[in-house]
Amino acid sequence: MKILVFAEQRDGKLKKASLEAMSVGRELADATGGEAAAVVVGQGISGLAAELGKVGADKVFVGDDALFAAYSNDAFGLAVGKAAQAYGADCILFSATAMGKDLAPKVTARLGMGLLSDVTAYSVEGGSPLFRRPIYAGKAFATLTPVPGKPFAVTLRPNVFPVADKAKAGEVVPLDHGVTPGDIKSVVQQILTAQGGLLDVAEANIIVSGGRGMKGPENFPILEALAKALGGAVGASRAAVDSGWIGHEHQVGQTGKVVSPGLYIACGISGAIQHLAGMSSSKVIVAVNKDPEAPIFKVATYGIVGDLFEVVPLMTKAVEELKAKG
Amino acid sequence: MNVLVCVKHVPDTETRVKVKPDGMGLDLAEANWVINPYDEFAVEEGIRLKEKLGGEVTALTVGDEEATKTLRQALAMGADKAVLLTDAAFQGGDALGIARVLAAAARKIPFDLILCGKHAVGEDNQQVGTLVAQLLDVPCVTVVTGLEFDGQAAICKREIEGGTEVVKASLPALITCQKGLNEPRYPSLKGIMAAKKKEVLKWGLADLGLEASTVGATGAGFQLRKLELPPPRPEGKVLAGEIPDQVKELVRLLREEAKAL
Ligand SMILES: Cc1cc2nc3c(=O)[nH]c(=O)nc-3n(C[C@H](O)[C@H](O)[C@H](O)COP(=O)(O)OP(=O)(O)OC[C@H]3O[C@@H](n4cnc5c(N)ncnc54)[C@H](O)[C@@H]3O)c2cc1C
Ligand SMILES: Cc1cc2nc3c(=O)[nH]c(=O)nc-3n(C[C@H](O)[C@H](O)[C@H](O)COP(=O)(O)OP(=O)(O)OC[C@H]3O[C@@H](n4cnc5c(N)ncnc54)[C@H](O)[C@@H]3O)c2cc1C
Repeated sequence: MKILVFAEQRDGKLKKASLEAMSVGRELADATGGEAAAVVVGQGISGLAAELGKVGADKVFVGDDALFAAYSNDAFGLAVGKAAQAYGADCILFSATAMGKDLAPKVTARLGMGLLSDVTAYSVEGGSPLFRRPIYAGKAFATLTPVPGKPFAVTLRPNVFPVADKAKAGEVVPLDHGVTPGDIKSVVQQILTAQGGLLDVAEANIIVSGGRGMKGPENFPILEALAKALGGAVGASRAAVDSGWIGHEHQVGQTGKVVSPGLYIACGISGAIQHLAGMSSSKVIVAVNKDPEAPIFKVATYGIVGDLFEVVPLMTKAVEELKAKG
Repeated sequence: MNVLVCVKHVPDTETRVKVKPDGMGLDLAEANWVINPYDEFAVEEGIRLKEKLGGEVTALTVGDEEATKTLRQALAMGADKAVLLTDAAFQGGDALGIARVLAAAARKIPFDLILCGKHAVGEDNQQVGTLVAQLLDVPCVTVVTGLEFDGQAAICKREIEGGTEVVKASLPALITCQKGLNEPRYPSLKGIMAAKKKEVLKWGLADLGLEASTVGATGAGFQLRKLELPPPRPEGKVLAGEIPDQVKELVRLLREEAKAL
């Protein structure tokens, strides 16, 4: 198969998720006896091609144009579609990031392709790929295969697939994108960054979450301190979000973000079905709760039955000591 | 402003999912079906715009007769009209199939704005809104938490990793709604009574001028191989002893056993 990977950049930097996607693209190409290319779109981004070559791109379609200075799904969608046609792609891979999820259907609708969202595993059987994706926010998993002969697209969940060093030529192909200013009917005018400089839960490999047991917004700094010590993000249950203690962008669960970090630490969260759906595919789960019967302990790798206001600061201290030792 | 709202009838979030013995379908017999929670934000926003600017709100759903309940919910909240898009040919369709049906319906109703949910709980695809917009060739802004108008343009706030984007889109446009956009109202008793009297139109393949091969199972890009429940998590450890000792032990386990630090 010919695999095309959409490589996402912000401010001229490639997202880690895009390197993960490129690595998957390389592996799929090798497993099916094909080739893999990337498409990168932006302004002043030609230098990124070499980085994509390092993780397995045979070719890199580069759309470097002032029209792509700000993100517009109209312009980016047209450009990626053009790259897919120029390459003759059988499969387009995107990352399931805010941009990838916004862009992928734009491209597939135009090309009349099927699209699978949020894939977390894949394999190749008899030359055709099988993709696994969570449904019901992870309460079940579906395995699907593309209809033979039909090109298709997939978005891959970030933080799930490893980045592999499989250097290829990364030959630069200037993209004949054909986009004109008249094509752009919606465009990003401004990006307001969240305060505090902590990671987003969707991107973090370690998440420290708080629930109703946090008792109030004034107590979230103790979670932030632990998250900072661990290099992670702060998450929350809906109870904490609906109480107005923390923004909705932090909510984990069926109607928040579905996450699978390496480590998830749930503090003062009971473990309602909607919360569990969003985090129970995390590799390691720690629960801190004063109620030994709380359902969160059923999914926890390690549990501490105790008062989070005692436990969490001690954890922060222990982690800081560990980091200081190196 | 004339607004179309796309609403999906879904099993509520309390649902415990069971897989049928053949692994090719879900057993949702015990589920309680409701309007998709994100579509409530869409209906609410549509009604608020109508209240402010005039015009009509029309709710659309693709589904079977059962999905009429979700249309009635939209009507009870304050939508003016509702259309059930239903046909045996729509069965087994993927997101693009559903989107083709919705887009065909939208072509029959004048609109300035289409509102969808950010995603439908259950299948969790987060695709249909954007697909519909592209099929209709109107701009699309997804995961919107704030919406204002500036003449013939929508100024939207949308959630991205670690921040918010401000996106300007010309009208007509399609917007997918995220929590934070508004607080959906509960239908009033008067609204519920009025909804019972409102007519629900029914359109099928022929009414929409669609080819059966582009929707339903034959139009789908993927074939289902199997459905399964997640593997059970390995038995965990609840630590014991004095809290400071437990914390020390936890950090040691995270580092040495789980290799998570
Ligand atoms: C349509 C719908 C969608 C939903 N989507 C989501 C979702 O996406 N995400 C989500 O999280 N929820 C969601 N919910 C809500 C969910 O049902 C629960 O209400 C919610 O998860 C409970 O949050 P909680 O665990 O923080 O609070 P609670 O259930 O009240 O639990 C608080 C816990 O804190 C413990 N505690 C209290 N004090 C301390 C202390 N000092 N130290 C240690 N532990 C302490 C208590 O023992 C208790 O277990 C949804 C609900 C609905 C109806
Ligand atoms: C091979 C295959 C076969 C399938 N067979 C079936 C089947 O037989 N029956 C079945 O029910 N599903 C079936 N599905 C699932 C169905 O395709 C999805 O429901 C569809 O892809 C829409 O995705 P979603 O529900 O995740 O919506 P999302 O893309 O997450 O929805 C976003 C928004 O779009 C709007 N929207 C989505 N769906 C509808 C709708 N039906 N009516 C109105 N507005 C809507 C809503 O505003 C919603 O908030 C199948 C999927 C595949 C891949």
